[in-house]
Amino acid sequence: MSDDGGAGLEAAQGAAAPGGGFRKGAFGVSGSGDTSGFGGLVRVEPGGAVSLHSTERPYGGYFDEVTDALIEAVGEATYAAGVPRVLVDRGEITYFVVREHLLTLVQALRDDDALRFELCSSVSGVDYHDSGGPVATPERPRLHAVYHLTSMTYRRRIRLEVAVTAEDPHVPSVARIYPTADWHERETFDMFGIVFDGHPALTRILMPDDWDGHPQRKAYPLGGVPVEYHDATIPPPDTRRSYR
Amino acid sequence: MSTTYNQADPYAGSYDTTEGRIYTVTGGDWDATFGADPIGEERLVVNMGPQHPSTHGVLRLVLDLEGETVTKARVVIGYLHTGIEKNTEYRTWTQGTTFVTRMDYLAPLFNEAGYCLAVEKLLGIEAPQRAQTIRVLVMELNRIASHLVALATFGMEMGALTGMTNGFRERETVLDLLEEITGLRMNHAYIRPGGLAQDLPEGAVEHIREFLKVMPARVADFHKLLTGQPIWQRRLKDVGYLDVTGCVALGVTGPILRAAGLPWDLRKVEPYLGYETYDFEVPTADTADAWGRYLVRMAEVNESMKIIEQALDRLEPGPVMVEDRKIAWPAQLSLGADGMGNSLDHVRHIMGQSMEALIHHFKLVTEGFRVPAGQVYLPIESPRGELGYHVVSDGSTKPWRVHVRDPSFVNLQATAAMSEGGMIADVIAAVASIDPVMGGVDR
Repeated sequence: MSDDGGAGLEAAQGAAAPGGGFRKGAFGVSGSGDTSGFGGLVRVEPGGAVSLHSTERPYGGYFDEVTDALIEAVGEATYAAGVPRVLVDRGEITYFVVREHLLTLVQALRDDDALRFELCSSVSGVDYHDSGGPVATPERPRLHAVYHLTSMTYRRRIRLEVAVTAEDPHVPSVARIYPTADWHERETFDMFGIVFDGHPALTRILMPDDWDGHPQRKAYPLGGVPVEYHDATIPPPDTRRSYR
Repeated sequence: MSTTYNQADPYAGSYDTTEGRIYTVTGGDWDATFGADPIGEERLVVNMGPQHPSTHGVLRLVLDLEGETVTKARVVIGYLHTGIEKNTEYRTWTQGTTFVTRMDYLAPLFNEAGYCLAVEKLLGIEAPQRAQTIRVLVMELNRIASHLVALATFGMEMGALTGMTNGFRERETVLDLLEEITGLRMNHAYIRPGGLAQDLPEGAVEHIREFLKVMPARVADFHKLLTGQPIWQRRLKDVGYLDVTGCVALGVTGPILRAAGLPWDLRKVEPYLGYETYDFEVPTADTADAWGRYLVRMAEVNESMKIIEQALDRLEPGPVMVEDRKIAWPAQLSLGADGMGNSLDHVRHIMGQSMEALIHHFKLVTEGFRVPAGQVYLPIESPRGELGYHVVSDGSTKPWRVHVRDPSFVNLQATAAMSEGGMIADVIAAVASIDPVMGGVDR
């Protein structure tokens, strides 16, 4: 169980792949599959996440009310330090949260009378590595833990995002505040290698316990893993015969 | 070979009578030999599944028992993990439908609808009215089928096998309808980004109306068979208790939450596809147990029939796919002499008349359309609760990330809270009342 994504596999496959580079995708397909060549002209900011701009107030809708209530609940200084950016896009609001302040903010979001985000709908991860936007660096971390919170009282939804690097993938666990986050965080750890500190039992949940690497990281290949069964090893489909 | 019976048998006391010697066979002499309860506990760890017929698929339960009381229940999942989320990242946006439909295989149309609504939200488009109405129609048909399987497997796991055969029989009638409409019984890939794969075939509306005439009597049969039955009631009542606080803390939604008394149904509280214009109730119960969940599902079957009826009434002729040719699937399906396939008119057009049409067809089918960068979270009410799609685009022709908040995955976490402290037989009732679908849990 290594924290370096598919580094082991990466090294193993890198040697076999032509040119020594790491091969992505099944059957050797790489890039967008764009057949025109025009696709390469578009440089986009992925998911509004690694992008660096922030939405200006007013955000519109209930977003301002939520933000004001949150500032009141945690204090202006904590909010300013904990939420460096806010993005409103397609009718949804995303708070980009610094991991040191995550638990303070989440606790307030759940307990404050004006916020009441009782339900943690989902915790998942996104790997923005090599996403076509600004290059992921320690200042623009590639791994994002994404929280979707629902207020059943006010019928509101917000999203929190915490970004960490692959080298230091630690995020405090919200499982104490939202018990439902238990399995979500285990899955996110399993798939992305984000380590949720303080989780009661952070083990793999979907992959076998002894699995190497974190399958949903972008550097991890699709279908490039040999299958071992009863002492026989079946090579991955893309290496069984030549498709190229 | 010969056994000597004249030796004293420690398990059979004996005494002489006029008829001969009488042996009284009793149980072991454990208590006499070792004294009662020598180690202070009688802990037994039982592994159930992942291939147990009563665990609702490849679910594994590790149960700590003391006598018949469950002291600890641990749930082990992952046996059906197929990497669907990862797979979608390597296919076009349209192809994503065919992957997500295979997750919660009892509610494929909900997966498709949730995914397509998320993609449409990213694109900033809306499917035509007729497509939206048909989506509601097929989803509610699917909800009935899904609930029938929930009830059928519930019956089977509780030992009411007639409930199982009846449930699967009624479900088959729904699947026949879905097969007629979409071409497939399951894994339809019918709902596509921008609309539907094809319009309703001729005669489908009439067949659905016939189904609506037959089904209420079948539901009544179900009530006759199970609801009034004392054994059924005693197996379900006060079993798998989880109140609203417990549900919300554990993220549990759907019939389980409604059976605890909270009328939380996304079709009502956050309407999509025009659900706010349909007249239907959100059934609830206040028992917070397996019995309440059973009643809520039964009532939801009736509500779905009401919605289907209204959807049929408001079907107006019109397109079922957006008009934007940059998104709409270029090939139209039609029924030929050799079955369903690409319409001959379309093939003639691209092969014989227009080079541009051929290029367009080729580009859209192989490369797909681009979706502007951004991310959305789109929740819909599946038969099992909140089915949320977190879809991220980096502006290319493939999803950057598709995460599915599957209700079965979340609800299954409640197993321990529902079964610890209860009897081992009630674990089966509790898990059956959660109605997890492992295809959705493991994805």
